[in-house]
Amino acid sequence: MEDPGTRAPAPARALPDAAVAMLLLLGGCSGASILQPAGPIAANNRTILLDSLAIMLAIILPTMIAILAFAWWFRAGNDKARYRPDFVYSGRIELIVWSIPLLVILFLGGLIWIGSHELDPAKPIASRTPPLDVQVVSLDWKWLFVYPDQGIATLNRLVVPAGVPIRFRLTSASVMNSFFVPRLGSQIYTMNGMATTLHLRADQPGSYYGQSAQYSGDGFSDMNFRLEAVPAAAFGRWVAGVKAAGGLLDAPAYAQLARQSQREPAKHWGAVQPGLFDLVVAQHLPPAPGPEQGRDGQPQISPGTAE
Amino acid sequence: MLGKLTWSAIPFSQPIPLLAAGGVALALFAVLGWITVKGHWPYLWKEWITSVDHKRIGVMYVLLGLVMLLRGFVDAIMMRTQQATAIGHAQGYLPPEHYDQIFSAHGTIMIFFGAMPVMIGLMNFVVPLQLGVRDVAFPTLNSTSFWLTASGALLVNMSLVIGEFARTGWLPYAPLSETSYSPGVGVDYYVWAIQIAGVGTLMSGINLVTTILKQRAPGMGYLRMPMFCWTALGANMLIVAAFPILTATLAMLTLDRYLGFHFFTNEAGGNMMMFVNLIWAWGHPEVYILILPAFGIFSEVISTFSSKPLFGYRSMVAATLFIVVVSFTVWLHHFFTMGAGGDVNAAFGIATSIIAVGTGVKIYNWLFTMYGGRLRFPTPMLWSIAFLMTFIIGGMTGVLLAVPPADFMLHNSMFLVAHFHNVINSGVIFGAFAGITFWFPKAFGFRLDEFWGKMAFWLTLAGFLIVFGAMYVLGLEGMTRRLQHIDFTEWAPWLYVSVGGIGVMILGVASQLIQIVISIRHREQLRDTTGDPWDGRSLEWATPSPPPAFNFPVLPRVHGEEPYWTIKRKALESQGLGDEPDYEAIEMPRASATGVVTAFFATLIGFAMIWMIWWLAALGFVGAYATFVVFAWRDEEETRISAEDVARIDRARRASRQAWLDAQGEQPA
Repeated sequence: MEDPGTRAPAPARALPDAAVAMLLLLGGCSGASILQPAGPIAANNRTILLDSLAIMLAIILPTMIAILAFAWWFRAGNDKARYRPDFVYSGRIELIVWSIPLLVILFLGGLIWIGSHELDPAKPIASRTPPLDVQVVSLDWKWLFVYPDQGIATLNRLVVPAGVPIRFRLTSASVMNSFFVPRLGSQIYTMNGMATTLHLRADQPGSYYGQSAQYSGDGFSDMNFRLEAVPAAAFGRWVAGVKAAGGLLDAPAYAQLARQSQREPAKHWGAVQPGLFDLVVAQHLPPAPGPEQGRDGQPQISPGTAE
Repeated sequence: MLGKLTWSAIPFSQPIPLLAAGGVALALFAVLGWITVKGHWPYLWKEWITSVDHKRIGVMYVLLGLVMLLRGFVDAIMMRTQQATAIGHAQGYLPPEHYDQIFSAHGTIMIFFGAMPVMIGLMNFVVPLQLGVRDVAFPTLNSTSFWLTASGALLVNMSLVIGEFARTGWLPYAPLSETSYSPGVGVDYYVWAIQIAGVGTLMSGINLVTTILKQRAPGMGYLRMPMFCWTALGANMLIVAAFPILTATLAMLTLDRYLGFHFFTNEAGGNMMMFVNLIWAWGHPEVYILILPAFGIFSEVISTFSSKPLFGYRSMVAATLFIVVVSFTVWLHHFFTMGAGGDVNAAFGIATSIIAVGTGVKIYNWLFTMYGGRLRFPTPMLWSIAFLMTFIIGGMTGVLLAVPPADFMLHNSMFLVAHFHNVINSGVIFGAFAGITFWFPKAFGFRLDEFWGKMAFWLTLAGFLIVFGAMYVLGLEGMTRRLQHIDFTEWAPWLYVSVGGIGVMILGVASQLIQIVISIRHREQLRDTTGDPWDGRSLEWATPSPPPAFNFPVLPRVHGEEPYWTIKRKALESQGLGDEPDYEAIEMPRASATGVVTAFFATLIGFAMIWMIWWLAALGFVGAYATFVVFAWRDEEETRISAEDVARIDRARRASRQAWLDAQGEQPA
């Protein structure tokens, strides 16, 4: 498969790449831990996770201690423990054992209600800077990122300005995937014929691991990408560089791209057919084909015969 | 003639499945050959294969489940070793098209053919005994249910060498499972195996619900039933309510795949999220179908070995029914990340955490059952204490996943994998082992060896904590599930810890096998002569071990919540067994080959439909229907056990009880 972008003259590509690489060294961030948030959504998700954990541990730890203590103290060999075979019901204890979990759930329920609304993926991030629009299409087995306002597109590499909210709209060319950059926060499904919305922001420049979090077939393990957050000025330079590098992603190029392939290197297109994402969502560009047929035109039936 | 089936269906170029299948085939032939040489076929056919005795069927269910648990465990070993050897540029030893089948088969086998048969088997064996009756409501249907489950298991295992298994995960999410993305026979194997086994499960559910509602010993009101019968009732009501959803969903998928319907396709108005909703509308209740019987086992075990009645019995019944109802209102928490919006996610998140109230109440009631008890710690009790300690953690991580913003980070991660293995292992699997060691003497007349039982316990517990502890960390480190190779090398250390843990678990499994072998060899020392090896409290312990085909010579009269405990106290106080009853002849249902023959034809139907061999499918349908007709027109329904035989068997039981009573009299407890 040929990508027009790869035919670009070398100097045009070298500039933005060098800028990104240098900033990455400065940023020095890697990892994928959800406990090291690199943006407001991930930070808030983590807060809710830890709060819920604390609420539950307050009940669970004493319970676990009580289990061990009761089991030890009331062992058959302990003469000091009083055997009370008639202690089989106590209204007071029943009241308590129903109330404790109920109270915990009351607390948690509040947290769930507020958290679900505050951190709804579709809710915009409050910010003075207007959000950057990025359209995501999951393909078998690679990620396509379209920047509608910039009129460019990239594959398996997502460059965004740090500190600027990103408004993602996402869909899938074929089967379901889940778009997930662990250190930036919430993941969301991509589904064919449907569009989902997600808001994320990277606070600091850095390179963040992104992946599909929904198994999608044989090439799934390679469906990861790098999200590179760069300062706003560097982002502008990168966009200009990509535009200058040329290449056009139009419907025929998309149809070619939508065929199954694995381990696609990152690439970019300096121009995109306007409204490409909406054509995919509306299925005016048909769902991507599945596996190519076997040698004799029969569907493949076993690993041994897979072509 | 043979549809899509050609020689290319057999993966000659793949050494792993071929060697595995060769090994299995060799072992199978060895066993069959041994049976033939020893001349055991008539015995096996008459006493087991065509048996409609709920105890025999229960034992066969558990045996099938244990073999399939081993099979699924081999898949687990392959998954752990593959991930540990495929980090960075390494690709491990399993290519994606093979690895993807393995994790799909692992989940399918463990849930449908491992955990389900073990739990259904224990319910089958124990429930009629605890209810004080002679069999389930529909004995021949019971046999058919079992053999249909075995038929499904056979089909799944055939896919190892003939064709391929699904590469979609254990729930074949559309559209990945549609013909456009999965053109091979893998999904068809899945669909037909689950459909056939699912019919068996549904009939088994109807059977046990009917048994519990309509067939209890005189005097056993609902609120006198042992806790295990209550949780069995809950689980089987869930089966009756939930399995038709699974059947309908897979039927729609089948129509999509075979006749070009568009229920769940991308094109022509299909909606894949409809599949996801429907499959989880069954899938979440399924979790409670598995865990409720386990809760019942823990209730029996903890009460017996605390030498106390279950604390807060009525509260436990209420909590069980609460779980049954609420389990149908939470399915959406499996896909919070579809972007449904705050209101929907919050509603299902809160519903999910509410279900934890029922479980919490149960934990506290078990805790207070131990309070004031006189605790003994044989193997079943160790499994139960370990359950209490680890299930709480699994429950807690489950509630964490029910908080949508946390789930947005943890959905489909290794944390999720750790969570559901945590609850299924410490709940269902520990429960199964507790139940098997607890009721083994009842089924076979001798106890299991305690030393190897405890070895198995400690090694399994340690391995389990290491494997899934590491997975919790991996999930927090951002690792997603089902990766055939791992590009992100920072996860490597924890993957190595996890594979080390599976090594410890292998030792645990080996100890289980050694335990069975040692126990059979030492069965005379381990013999249970009284029928009541654990100082039990419910009616199954009133029978000899193993119980006679008719269970009870005279149906017991129940006066309280713990009928056998009361009988035992009375006997100890009066130093006598009470008067010998008037023995009468007993009519028991006749053995019938209906079940196994129907399942044979069902296997033909499944295999033929998978490979599109239409004439064979038609033959299978005709054969299965003819079997039913023959059964419906049978002349004799029952066999008669004479009053003399009943008297002889029961007098032996009374003699051993009298001996026990005399021994108690000499050394008053």
